[in-house]
Amino acid sequence: MLEILLDATVRAGTPILFATLGAIINERAGIINLGIEGLMLIGALAGFSGTYLSGSLLVGVLAAFCATFAAGSIHAFITVQLRGNQIVSGLALTMFGIGITALFGKEMVGQTIVGFKRLAIPGFSQIPIIGRAFFNQDLLIYFSFLLVFLIWFFFYRTRWGLGVRSVGENPAAADTCGFSVSKYRFLAVSTGSGLVGIGGAYLSLASTPMWIENMSAGRGWIAVALVIFAGWSSPKAMLGAYLFGGITAMQLRFQAMGTTVSAHILQMLPYFFTILVLVISTLRLQKGASQQPEGLGLPYDREDRK
Amino acid sequence: MKKATLFLLATLALCFTANSFAMAPAKEIKAGFIYVGPVGDAGWTYAHDLGRQEMEQLPFVQPSTFIETVPEGAESARVINGLVRKGHNLIFTTSFGYMDATIDVAKRNKDIVFMHCSGFKTAENVGTYFGRMYEPRYLSGIVAGKMTKTNAIGYVAAFPIPEVIRGINAFTLGVKSVNPQAEVKVVWTQTWFDPGVERDAADSLLDVGTDVLAMHQDAPATMQAAEARGAYVIGYNSDMRTFAPNAFLTAPIWNWGALYTQLANEVHNGTWKSEQIWAGMKEDLVRLADFSPAVPADVQALVTEKANAIKAGTLHPFSGPIKDQTGKVVVAAGQTPTDGELLGMNYFVQGVQGTISK
Repeated sequence: MLEILLDATVRAGTPILFATLGAIINERAGIINLGIEGLMLIGALAGFSGTYLSGSLLVGVLAAFCATFAAGSIHAFITVQLRGNQIVSGLALTMFGIGITALFGKEMVGQTIVGFKRLAIPGFSQIPIIGRAFFNQDLLIYFSFLLVFLIWFFFYRTRWGLGVRSVGENPAAADTCGFSVSKYRFLAVSTGSGLVGIGGAYLSLASTPMWIENMSAGRGWIAVALVIFAGWSSPKAMLGAYLFGGITAMQLRFQAMGTTVSAHILQMLPYFFTILVLVISTLRLQKGASQQPEGLGLPYDREDRK
Repeated sequence: MKKATLFLLATLALCFTANSFAMAPAKEIKAGFIYVGPVGDAGWTYAHDLGRQEMEQLPFVQPSTFIETVPEGAESARVINGLVRKGHNLIFTTSFGYMDATIDVAKRNKDIVFMHCSGFKTAENVGTYFGRMYEPRYLSGIVAGKMTKTNAIGYVAAFPIPEVIRGINAFTLGVKSVNPQAEVKVVWTQTWFDPGVERDAADSLLDVGTDVLAMHQDAPATMQAAEARGAYVIGYNSDMRTFAPNAFLTAPIWNWGALYTQLANEVHNGTWKSEQIWAGMKEDLVRLADFSPAVPADVQALVTEKANAIKAGTLHPFSGPIKDQTGKVVVAAGQTPTDGELLGMNYFVQGVQGTISK
């Protein structure tokens, strides 16, 4: 039972994980992106259409990345180049995503594709309890494991990662050191958006291989919240996404097994745990300290230094 | 929520007053539709849109207008008014939450016919309509009861409201009528539309040994779950067999086209009257989708026979004796529940494994 539960946890958590990782890259560079929900939908549709038209899942994933990279660039252009309001631009991006996918998705409704299949890693998939959940999954899930590590490595072990973090913390200082604030921010927003798109594509290519309007059903907003929960760190994002996915999976399985616990109580659990973990993680922080990038949400212009 | 809160329809009898008011015949029909979801949902709204297209086949019906994803509540009045201003003379509002807005706009536009789906308020130019989905649900239960080998059937359900509960009960009674050993396990998703959660709910039912799934959701994710695991599945809303070519058995589906065509004819002829329509298989508003080849011929014959009995009025899915989960008799032998009792149903019958949260 535990084995099945862990497996369902990973599968339910993966689209949220991709979206959260993408959002972390955005916010590490100092740009709030509330367009995650819309980007997930664009990724889901682009991924599905790409695979449907070409017959290749890889093409679908690449199409999802490219389409959301382009859509994210709109947000980047408005917030970085034009220094527009990040909240407004992000919300607009969500509405844009919902609308444009409904418009161009009409032809794809009711079409079918062969989605990602499980691929067991010989040896490892036999490990009791965790084997099935972590070593008998599809390629996108393996990629998400790799990505969690790569993003951590990028931020803390590379010069470029340091650059992204510094334009998010203190763009003026980064500028003085010779980092191009607008270049770093622009690329962080569009690349992060691309990862969000892969999260969307996970929905339409792996978890339910189909296209239906609005199929992300609010997962993008959960990702926005998980960024704060994870304290802008990729390993903690993994924890958060699986916590969310796991509790959802668990309450459905409790019902299927025939418990008499009220479904409402079970459904409340993910949110209850979110609050609990937020309280604990905030208490553990030292007084006055903050995990949030200092420059988050503030447009940077070299000319208006204070 | 949309199809929700139907138990309020129990007040049906109260507002059911004979109405002598008649509309003038309309030479040309220009119809407008307000949809709660996207036409591409492959479910509830999609089924309404098929009905709209069927109605357009009538020679006197001009190309109709539809507006998708209209939020329920006061906001919808603005959208309905928009249709009025553009000269529509027959307006369909296809979700429960448009009720007050529809009545409100209708008050100021007496020359226009409004039809509101699933509500309980009428006016001289506002009628309501809904379908007895429990009839084909019962028939699909017979199919499920015959096809299960593990005697465990899963049901992915949206919200614990009378409409959904009635469907689960009718389905279970159908199952029990041919397979007294079988049990129906219910999982609530608390959402009409979330493919990911629906898929997960379906998987959780398959994990506990069910081999036939049924569902009351707007997305076809349950179909895919059954297909992937080699189980059988019964669809809902519209014929969703493309999502599960091997797993699909049949589906209780809406056929709004029959009613929409009839209403357009009535308005055209000037015979339309405000009434509360709750039509079933006899009127062909709800039906069972064509069987897949997986359903054996003898089961098909049995279900067809029962379907004819329902249409003829000799079989009622809820004819007593019916006991609830605790064993209490809720419908006495030889009795059938009234429409009011059906619309307010808030208990599970024997054979359902699941709880209704109060």
